[in-house]
Amino acid sequence: MTTVSSAEHSRRDFLYIATAAVGAVGAAAVLVPLIAQMNPDASTIAAGAPVDIDLAPIADGQIVKVFWRSKPIFIFHRTKHDIEVAQNVNVASLPDPAPDSERVQAGHEQWLVVIGICTHLGCIPLAHEGNYDGWFCPCHGSQYDSAGRIRQGPAPKNLYLPPYKFVSDSKIQIG
Amino acid sequence: MSGNSTYQPTNRAMQWFEKRLPIGGLIHSSFVAYPTPRNLNYWWTFGGILSFMLGVQIITGIVLAMHYTPHVDLAFKSVEAIMRDVNYGWLLRYLHANGAAMFFLAVYIHMFRGLYYGSYKEPREVLWILGVIIYLLMMATGFMGYVLVWGQMSFWAATVITNLFSAIPGVGDTIVTWLWGGYAVGNPTLNRFYSLHYLLPFVIAGVVVLHVWALHVAGQGNPAGIEPKSEKDTVPFTPYATAKDGFGLACFMILFAWFVFYVPNYLGHADNYIPANPAVTPAEIVPEWYYLPFYAILRSIPNKLLGVCALFGSILILAFLPWLDTSKVRSARYRPLYKQFFWLFVIACIGLGYLGSKPPEGIYVVLSRLFTFYYFAFFLIVMPLLGIFEKTKPLPNSISESVLGAKA
Repeated sequence: MTTVSSAEHSRRDFLYIATAAVGAVGAAAVLVPLIAQMNPDASTIAAGAPVDIDLAPIADGQIVKVFWRSKPIFIFHRTKHDIEVAQNVNVASLPDPAPDSERVQAGHEQWLVVIGICTHLGCIPLAHEGNYDGWFCPCHGSQYDSAGRIRQGPAPKNLYLPPYKFVSDSKIQIG
Repeated sequence: MSGNSTYQPTNRAMQWFEKRLPIGGLIHSSFVAYPTPRNLNYWWTFGGILSFMLGVQIITGIVLAMHYTPHVDLAFKSVEAIMRDVNYGWLLRYLHANGAAMFFLAVYIHMFRGLYYGSYKEPREVLWILGVIIYLLMMATGFMGYVLVWGQMSFWAATVITNLFSAIPGVGDTIVTWLWGGYAVGNPTLNRFYSLHYLLPFVIAGVVVLHVWALHVAGQGNPAGIEPKSEKDTVPFTPYATAKDGFGLACFMILFAWFVFYVPNYLGHADNYIPANPAVTPAEIVPEWYYLPFYAILRSIPNKLLGVCALFGSILILAFLPWLDTSKVRSARYRPLYKQFFWLFVIACIGLGYLGSKPPEGIYVVLSRLFTFYYFAFFLIVMPLLGIFEKTKPLPNSISESVLGAKA
């Protein structure tokens, strides 16, 4: 093998390093679309746009189930009794403490809007069941009250609140 | 294969692993230390390019399969959803479609290289036949992939190609019904083509492993067509062939990128953007460019069964090359007569490709028949006879001498 001068050594080193660097940038650039294509596509995102729900047909004490972004949403038209019981609970004794005022929007305390997925392992709890005037999850026995807060059972958190706002007194927009 | 490897890992963890599964040694002996003839030119980079393109097609294909629906009512729409809604879906689709075209371009150059330099000759016959098998698998895969789009061309190409089998006397119609899974091309056909289109690339990958193995047993061919005689005739694969392959691949990718980003529909047919309509046949059914020469051969024979035989024969005849060519000299560099016939053959193939895109009328039919005759004559008449009658040029004494001159 012919000997190579140190100047040519460093030129070869430079070429190797430069090629490896460009190759690394290229490999990263290739990964971007391959990974990004698994994210929700435009039609899925469009289907997840906010939904308007008319509250007028929901009777006093009735709980309805609607879908937003493929998730079930419970809308509970609470009676005066439900509201009082929820407000009078000792917040400190709750597994996931939260006063009733944080669970509803001011001026609309009779409307409870929560995501209907048990915070334990994802089943849909049954309405008007359980000891707390709320929901009972049949999978592992978690029980939620009339503010959707966890009271008993393995679930760690209260039922989550979706983003929503009152377009008018009888119509909400979820999302 | 095991033992006496020159690979000595320095890392303790690598030594531990090497004792249990010597894959490091295998990679080292196959792609790092592997003695490569020092006179290879850029026509030898297409093997590496083909391996890369197979990887591209498999990766883009698997990712596209996450969004495609193989049902007659939904397939075309799902492809359009990929183009419009899926993040980077347009890029993935164009990469896959143009990738197939580039895959075939590379394979044709690779095969013409083999024809010119006698890469199919002893002891590389099995290597060559494995290559023919890979080529056949590629044609099947490409055909089925094109059908999946379920455009007008997809549907009618499926109808025409599956109907070829009805030419088989006796059992032809039974076979066609069996292929279709129904009384015509329909949903069962689409579903099974999807399954097979996903499967075959992995079969190709397996045959490619055998192909590279067969190559490494015999050693690479080279432009001089004489075997390496000493260490002076070869260089280690890395960094020499690795760098040359890398550069060839980069240039090839520039061409690929030009198609994908600037003219992604140039090689396609506009009619495939029309959803499949079983009631209306397009004015002209044309396959993708890489099947056109064989399409021309098929149409140039006026008899249905003989046309189909000519079509399959034109590909299968490649497998017999090592025995059809009687010349003792490998490389066309030293075969002046063969060289001219070879270039005429290249012109005939390109001519057949052009004629395959034209309607089968008038002068086009005459020329197709002429070129088809030359295609078969090249294999069946020219090759056997030249080996006996050709006066070849004197071969160099060694590879290093042909590269470095007599003072090597």
